[in-house]
Amino acid sequence: MSEFLWVIIESTIKAVIILTLIMLVYGALGVYLERKISAWIQNRIGPNRVGPFGLLQPFADVLKLFLKEDLVPTAANPTFHRLAPIITLGVAVAVYAVIPFGDYVTIAGRNIQLGLAPNANIAILFVLAMTSVGVYGITLGGWSSNNKYSLLGALRSTAQMISYELSMGLALVGVLMVAGTLSINQIVIQQSNYHWNIIYQPLGFILFLVAAFAETNRAPFDLPEAEPELVGGYNTEYSGMKFGMFFLAEYANMGTSSAIMVLLYFGGWQTLVPGGWFGFEPGSIGLALLQFVSFFIKIEIMVLFFIWVRWSVPRFRYDQLMNLGWKVLLPLAIANVAGTGIVSLLLK
Amino acid sequence: MDLVGLAFYFLAALIVISAAIVVFSKNIMYSAFSLMFTFFGVAGLYVLLNADFLAVTQIMVYIGGILVLIIFGVMLTTRITGVDVKSNSLGKIQVGIAGLLSTIIAISLIVVFSSTKWFLSEPKVSGDSTKLIGNELLTNYLLAFEAASVLLLIAIIGAAFIARRK
Repeated sequence: MSEFLWVIIESTIKAVIILTLIMLVYGALGVYLERKISAWIQNRIGPNRVGPFGLLQPFADVLKLFLKEDLVPTAANPTFHRLAPIITLGVAVAVYAVIPFGDYVTIAGRNIQLGLAPNANIAILFVLAMTSVGVYGITLGGWSSNNKYSLLGALRSTAQMISYELSMGLALVGVLMVAGTLSINQIVIQQSNYHWNIIYQPLGFILFLVAAFAETNRAPFDLPEAEPELVGGYNTEYSGMKFGMFFLAEYANMGTSSAIMVLLYFGGWQTLVPGGWFGFEPGSIGLALLQFVSFFIKIEIMVLFFIWVRWSVPRFRYDQLMNLGWKVLLPLAIANVAGTGIVSLLLK
Repeated sequence: MDLVGLAFYFLAALIVISAAIVVFSKNIMYSAFSLMFTFFGVAGLYVLLNADFLAVTQIMVYIGGILVLIIFGVMLTTRITGVDVKSNSLGKIQVGIAGLLSTIIAISLIVVFSSTKWFLSEPKVSGDSTKLIGNELLTNYLLAFEAASVLLLIAIIGAAFIARRK
């Protein structure tokens, strides 16, 4: 019984820490960076009133969202209207169950993994499965609002996510063939000493990157919420914290995609500088902290890239989007799988 | 009760309740959506049986693929044609036939279940079922695997042909 209790306590503590991190790093810091960088790119100043350098702006935003009236349109389906943002955010957070934030720490003789289930054998498949479930929140949100713009946005989003999921999955197969495992932690461990997978899978990385942009509905693939055409897309009829949940889920998804890219192609929690420089032993808290910080620095660099692209590249047309997905990315992804197979067979 | 037992009863309740909603709900959208929880519950049972690969495949194929199509069908037909798609209560004859058939199936299942001698062996905890499945599919069951892929290819070509024909 004590073992059972220990598992529950450990998982709860980890889950609370991970959720807080998602809210703070992806929600607060993500929104702040987005607003600040878009301001720089457009030659504005950006938020600078709340707190030093406007750093507390996201908290003011969230407070405002909490205080706003929560509207449900009369013609909407209230059950699904309430459920949709919960599903979207829940799925976005669920992916973190399998993401390792570092190696292990030895506390009081126990090896504690940094992550809820980082050694799951099917971690990558789980991530893909969760992204495919993510379609539901957006679809239901758009449909239940009973609004033409919402439904159109939801349809676009779903069509886009289903189309790009295919090339995303196939781009991943390249990494899996190099690594020979589906466990994310194993893939990270294989990338020690800076043997990052990006060296072996450059084409696969680019394909995954493009697909990730489409999968997270970010510009230049933000057709589901194209403001000039669709008002706001699937979240047009949402207000208050329900809108906030959609918003947070978008940033959490961006963070998740960045995290997956870092884990699979950029060495994940492998430290940026060798841990030996500071004399850290494996399993010590110092090394774990270094890994954790390295991981988040890498993620933030990817997030900055996402934001940079959003404010620099114009939106695609819908037919261009579908052509790119099916006629360019998919054949390239299949070619990448075939090429990886041939090369690894020749090197054997 | 241990953790596995607790998880099993939770999942079983989830499956039964959500399946009941699928069958009894008048609103077909609720039925379609409730089916998602049934699929999730079944995936959970696979996890309890150490079939992690099967569980994730269940989520990807049934929830991520098939159910999305069902929900799309329900959503769009209701809105475009203006006809509410609802599962109305059927006539007495239909209910009678369906009830009779279900009773026969239920009785035969119970008979089979109680008359079978179950061989309960300790589950071999081999963490990596994915590797085993992959190796088996590409060696012993290669023919069936290829036949299935050819079948799917034919289905895709057929679907594209029907969709293209105006």
